[in-house]
Amino acid sequence: MTEPAIELRGISKAFGPVQANRDIDLKVMPGTIHGIIGENGAGKSTLMSILYGFYKADRGTILIKGRETAIPDSQAAIAAGIGMVFQHFKLVQNFTVLENVVLGAEEGAMLRPSLAKARRLLRELADEYELEVDPDETVENLSVGHQQRVEILKALYRQADILILDEPTGVLTPAEADHLFRILRGLRDEGKTIILITHKLREIMDVTDTVSVMRRGEMLDTVGTADTSPEDLAERMVGRKVLLRVDKRPASPGAPVLEVEGLRVVDADGVERLRGIDLQVRAGEILGVAGVAGNGQSALLEVLGGISKATGTVRVNGEGIDLSGTRSDGRTRRARGIAHVPEDRHRLGLILDFAAWENTAFGYHDKAPYSSGAMMDHKAMREDTAAKMERFDVRPPDPNLPAKSFSGGNQQKIVLAREIERNPDLLLIGQPTRGVDIGAIEFIHQRIVELRDAGKAILLVSVELDEIMSLSDRIAVMFDGRIMGERLPAETSEGELGLLMAGMDGAAEGAPAPKAGDPPGTGADPLAEGAA
Amino acid sequence: MDLLTVFQILDSTIRLATPLLLACLAGLFSERAGVFDIGLEGKMLIAAFFSAAIAYTTGNVWLGLLAGVAASMVFALIHAIASITFRGDQLISGVAINFLAAGLTVLIAQDWFAQGGRTPSLSGDGRFEPITFPGADELRSGFRQARADDLEPSGLSALYWDVISGHTILVYVAILAVPLTWWILFRTRFGLRLRAVGENPGAVDTAGISVVRLRYAAVLICGLLTGLAGAYLATGFNAGFTKDMTAGRGFIALAALIFAKWRPFYALGACLLFGLLQAVEGRFQSIGLFGFEIPSQFMQALPYILTVVILAGFVGKAIPPRAGGAPYVKER
Repeated sequence: MTEPAIELRGISKAFGPVQANRDIDLKVMPGTIHGIIGENGAGKSTLMSILYGFYKADRGTILIKGRETAIPDSQAAIAAGIGMVFQHFKLVQNFTVLENVVLGAEEGAMLRPSLAKARRLLRELADEYELEVDPDETVENLSVGHQQRVEILKALYRQADILILDEPTGVLTPAEADHLFRILRGLRDEGKTIILITHKLREIMDVTDTVSVMRRGEMLDTVGTADTSPEDLAERMVGRKVLLRVDKRPASPGAPVLEVEGLRVVDADGVERLRGIDLQVRAGEILGVAGVAGNGQSALLEVLGGISKATGTVRVNGEGIDLSGTRSDGRTRRARGIAHVPEDRHRLGLILDFAAWENTAFGYHDKAPYSSGAMMDHKAMREDTAAKMERFDVRPPDPNLPAKSFSGGNQQKIVLAREIERNPDLLLIGQPTRGVDIGAIEFIHQRIVELRDAGKAILLVSVELDEIMSLSDRIAVMFDGRIMGERLPAETSEGELGLLMAGMDGAAEGAPAPKAGDPPGTGADPLAEGAA
Repeated sequence: MDLLTVFQILDSTIRLATPLLLACLAGLFSERAGVFDIGLEGKMLIAAFFSAAIAYTTGNVWLGLLAGVAASMVFALIHAIASITFRGDQLISGVAINFLAAGLTVLIAQDWFAQGGRTPSLSGDGRFEPITFPGADELRSGFRQARADDLEPSGLSALYWDVISGHTILVYVAILAVPLTWWILFRTRFGLRLRAVGENPGAVDTAGISVVRLRYAAVLICGLLTGLAGAYLATGFNAGFTKDMTAGRGFIALAALIFAKWRPFYALGACLLFGLLQAVEGRFQSIGLFGFEIPSQFMQALPYILTVVILAGFVGKAIPPRAGGAPYVKER
């Protein structure tokens, strides 16, 4: 039997009272792509940081190619042949590719020979593994996908034969992710060992040979990827059955709640963000707005939420609202029954340093029961927040913790609780599950559907096509500040929507084209991609 | 204005630019490594005092220089411990150093010499003497002779015997430090790592290099250079230490550093410009312009006014090292 490339025995690591890793055992065989999957905070990244010498384990041993190896720092990990591509790249932005590759692995005190050698080696690696990057380009001018290649090149330049990638696709477009997977397969076929940390089920199914599941700091199982399924993995990750599909009845829409006609927005730079938007959302229906990020969806949400000004007509429950005057703000929107869960909760949804109870009161802090007259009732706010946290399953359910100490999913639940519990007529919600765990995604989706079933109108903006497809009753596709078309989810396909999102209108005729390269069986789990 | 006057102004430009240049390069090393340093002023001041005090007591200017540099490096070490090891606020640590130096120098000076917070005047071996280049004296006396003979010499030779020759060793050291700094930063492994740690310490750390050690090295180099700057002020430019003799030069050096966009040769240009402003101010106490007499106070304020104007309007986009000002905390 071949020796495992990496073997971990009884690794434990605590940060204060939090046990990030508990007694972890793991074997990674050489020449395989080994996935490690788990929710945010399951301890995947901590474990890999220990392996890379970034953190020191409290207990446990590491064996590299069968030999016990101490890894007190990154230098030791590099010497042991381990390379790591971090989620947030460790690149010097204003250095060239060459300088970044050489940094820390220089040949001598002078730079010139090192750079020449790196240039030669980079060319070889580029030919071998589809890792083309211009060695003299400054890193900040590179696309995210290319920056990631530089990180991989850095590791290969240091002669790593074990490569760890931490959530590598979170920042990549689908095409870039496909390219990355081709590179990884090429590296594996050359005998390198690859560890892929992710919480996206689809990636695991697509590219790994073996997968290990972590939950709450513990290593649960290691199974062959071929012997498992997305549903099975999701259940192991979360510890209970998870619905990968949104369970909802057909909509029974009522009267129009939101009517938008000829909406135009010109931003501060004079660029027209919205070029005449017409749409309607009725009571008891979810209108999904699909589109590649940056095609006006954010502007639409911000105008409707009262954050930016526009021209055109918007009616809520049949009455027009002021779009450009001094009364056009979030406060007046809320008074008209519009709630807004913004796309970027860190920028617009929360004040991260403020406590949860303060965050759940924002926007409504001057209303009963939070206020009477000029005075706020902190006790009522805390109690109300505790009750909301209970109902929305926010963990830990402590209203006094600052917002920044919650995980992404729990932060989102706090925002959602604030907006939904005020019983709005219209909910504007952007990227509801961005950076949210799979278990929380299920919960958030259920809440949105419940709100719809209670007869509310919902405008959902998401760049995740799976999410749009599974939640929406109708889908509007935006491109370049316009609505390219509306489709019913049952009568369209990802392929057709993709064409509309790219600004091509020819998809209306004929049968919907199947999406190229969509592997059967794995393409349809709506949640796998939802957690980008 | 004849050629000779121009050369005289250039001569004092160089002398005035020297402490600025040394301090500016000092700041460059520190800030390129991600440690902001508004304590340049304080470090220059403490170096000025100790160099003058030791040079006076021993009668040896080299021992004075050594003492000045040592004092400055001790202060740099304090800054490093506070802001690198203990991850304190770099600005607060810098301000503290400035106050500490301002008070300490006067206090010790009064205690040692009892001359109202100054050191006695230095003379002889207690000062750095000008270095005269070969042939400079001959050219000068030739020029004087020619002028005495009413030959109306052009004065071009003064470029050599006035501007280039006749400075103290530290002036030449400062000028040579510019290409040396450039070479270290852009041609050596140490330089690459130093620049990297000021931009993204995470990249350095994950490459297996100690962020702390690199930053300490940079801050100590900064202390060395401010030490030279202070010693030059007290033992080369002046003859002894006087209270607050740095007169904001540490801050002008910081301004020059921003103006120079943290680049060594730009720093030379920026410091020469600020030196020129001070030289013009020293030369022309008051100037009549279009029938108005410009008050001397205005001329004295001019270098500082122009500092503000240049920084506000002419720098363009100066991007400081990205990790500057922030202590490094390991995170994924």
